[in-house]
Amino acid sequence: MDEKILEVRNLSVSFHTYAGTSHAVRGVDFYLNKGETLAIVGESGCGKTVTSKAIMGLLPMEQTEIGGSEGAEILFNGEDLLKKSENEMTAIRGSKISMIFQDPMTSLNPTMRIGEQIAESILIHNEISKADALKKALEMLEMVKIPNAAQRLKQYPFEFSGGMRQRAMIAVALACRPEILIADEPTTALDVTIQAQIMDLIGELQKELNMAVILVTHDLGVVASVADRIQVMYAGKIVERGSVDEIFYQSTHPYTRALLSSVPKIHTNNKETLYSLKGTPPDLIHPPTGCAFAPRCEYGMRICRNKYPETVKFSETQECSCWLHHPKADHSGLPENMVRGNR
Amino acid sequence: MEMVEKRTLPQENDQLDDQFERIGTEGLSGEDIGEKSLTYWADVWRRFRSNKLAIFGLVLLILVVLLLFVGPMVSGQNYQKIESGMKNQLPSKEHWFGTDDMGRDLFTRVCVGGRVSIYIGLCCTLVMFVIGSLLGALAGLKGGLVDDLIMRFCEFLGNLPYLIVVVILSVVLGRSTFSLIFAMSLTAWVGTTRMVRGQILQLKEQDYVQAARALGASTGRIILKHLLPNTMGIIMVDITMAVPGFIFSEAFLSYIGLGVRPPETSWGALASSGQMQLMFYPHQLFFPCVMIVLTILSFHLIGDGLSDALDPKLRK
Repeated sequence: MDEKILEVRNLSVSFHTYAGTSHAVRGVDFYLNKGETLAIVGESGCGKTVTSKAIMGLLPMEQTEIGGSEGAEILFNGEDLLKKSENEMTAIRGSKISMIFQDPMTSLNPTMRIGEQIAESILIHNEISKADALKKALEMLEMVKIPNAAQRLKQYPFEFSGGMRQRAMIAVALACRPEILIADEPTTALDVTIQAQIMDLIGELQKELNMAVILVTHDLGVVASVADRIQVMYAGKIVERGSVDEIFYQSTHPYTRALLSSVPKIHTNNKETLYSLKGTPPDLIHPPTGCAFAPRCEYGMRICRNKYPETVKFSETQECSCWLHHPKADHSGLPENMVRGNR
Repeated sequence: MEMVEKRTLPQENDQLDDQFERIGTEGLSGEDIGEKSLTYWADVWRRFRSNKLAIFGLVLLILVVLLLFVGPMVSGQNYQKIESGMKNQLPSKEHWFGTDDMGRDLFTRVCVGGRVSIYIGLCCTLVMFVIGSLLGALAGLKGGLVDDLIMRFCEFLGNLPYLIVVVILSVVLGRSTFSLIFAMSLTAWVGTTRMVRGQILQLKEQDYVQAARALGASTGRIILKHLLPNTMGIIMVDITMAVPGFIFSEAFLSYIGLGVRPPETSWGALASSGQMQLMFYPHQLFFPCVMIVLTILSFHLIGDGLSDALDPKLRK
C-alpha cells in the first residue's frame, strides 16, 4: 500500500459574490500518494484551480467559505491544513507544498533578478546567507536546464523567453525541495514543443526529488504521458477517477467520454468534424440538484435531473458517479465498454 | 561564358582560399548571451539622459546645491555676524548679494537658509514617502477592515484645515525646524497613501504576487520586495514633485512667521524680511526668491523628465 501524503476529505469551497454565493467546489474527496502524479482534468470553471488553491490556502479569505456545513479536511501528512494559522501556512507554502502557475509571463516579478527570485524562497524557509542562497539558486537553474545559468541568474524576467520563464518558475517552486508540487496548467501558455519539454522536466525532477505532483490541466494530451491517476472534475465535483489506462481506455462517465472524443487523433480523417461538446458548464450560484452534466448529456434520463448519482466503484482505483451504471438504466446506444458488470 | 571565366580568375581565388577552410563550431557556443543586460534603472537613466530639459534641471539642481555648501566658504562671511555700519548695502565686491537691515551678509544667509529649506523639503518628502507607501501598500494589499481604517483616517487628516494644524502645532511644540517638519508631513502623506493604494490594488492581482504567496512570503516581504519596487516609478515622480512643494510651503510658512526661528533662517524667512524693505532695497527680496524659483524649477524639470523616463509605454 502506498503512503498517502495528502488526503482531501469533503472539501467544498464557496465564494460570496454580489450575484450570490457561488459553489465552486462541492464536496471533493481525493488522496495523493508519495511520489505519484495525480491529474485533475476538466473544463474551465469546473473547480480545478480553486481546489488546488484551497490546498495552498491561497483563496481570498474574506469572500471564501471552505467546508460548509459538513467539516472539510485537508490532511497533509496527517495534519489538517485548514486548521493551521496563516503563519503556519506561510511556513508550509514553498517549503513543503509548492505551486507553479499558468502564465509564466506574469508570474515572475519584473523588477527582481531571476537569481534573487529563486533565492527568495530559500531565504524565506532556511536560515542561510544570501550568497549561499544564490549558490543554491544557481544549482536550481542548472537543474531545470537553463544554459549559461551563471549569467542567466543575473538577468531580469523580460530577458527570458516563455519556456525559460516557466523553467525559472519551476526552479523557484522546487528550490526548497517540496514534498508536493501543484502545477496549475503549467503548459497552457506555452507552445506545443515547449510543452513537451516542460512536462518531461517536471517528470524528471519529480523522480529526482521524489515528490508528489498534482497536475491541474484541461489538456488530456499532456496528462496521458505523465499522470499515474486522473480525476475528472465537472461543476465542482469529481465525476470520475481512475488510473491513466482506465480513464483513456475504459472510461465510464459520459463527460469523460466527451472530453476524450474532443481530442484530435492522429488517424482522424480530415473530412470528419472533430467532436465538440455543446453547451457550457452550469451556473454554480444555483447548482443543479441532480447530475450537473445532465443538461449536456446525450444519454440523460429523468432521474439525472432530480437526484445526484451514487458513486460506483469498478476497481481499486476507478470510480464513477453516473446513473447509467444503475441496473435499471437504458443502455441502448451507449459507446462500447462504457458500462461494465453492473453491481 | 564571360561570367564563368571571371569566377575562376586565379588571383581572386587565392585571396579567399583560407576563408573556406572548415572550422565547425570551434570557439563559439550558440548559448552565449550577446549583450550585457540593461537593468530597469539603467534603461530609465538612458531615457532620462536623452531629455535635454530634464538634464538641464538636474545640472541646475546640482549647481544650486553646490552653491549652498561651497558658497559660504568662498565668500568668507559669517551668516550671523551683525555689522551695524553695513546695513542695507547694495551688492558689492565684499557682499555679493548686499546686506540685510541688520548688516548681515545676504549671500551667506541665502546659502545657509537654502540648506534649511532643502533639508526641510527632503525630510518631509522622506516621511511622506515612507508612511505613505507603507500604509498605502498595507491598505491595498490587506483590504477589508484594515483598508477602511487607513482610508478613513486619511480622509480625516486630509480634511483638517492645514494652516490651523500648523498654527496649533507650532504653539504646542514651539517654533523650530522639527515642529515645522512634523506639521508639514503630518498630513502630506495622505495623497501618497491614496496613490500607492490604487497602484497596489492593480498590482496585487498580478500572478507574481500570488506566486510569492505560494512560496510562503509574508505580507511585509510581499510589500517590500514585490509590490513597492513595481510602483517605484510612480512614487519617484511623486517624490520629485513633492520636494519643491514642501520647499514652497516652508517658504510660505516662514513668510507668515510660522517657520524657523531667527537667528536660523530659510529662504522663506529671508523673503519675509526682504519684503519689508521692498520699496527701498528690492534686492533683499529678489535674491531669496530667485533661489526658490531656480530650485523649484529644477525639481519640476527633473520630475517631468522622470515621469517620461519611467513610463514603460514610452519604452523603445
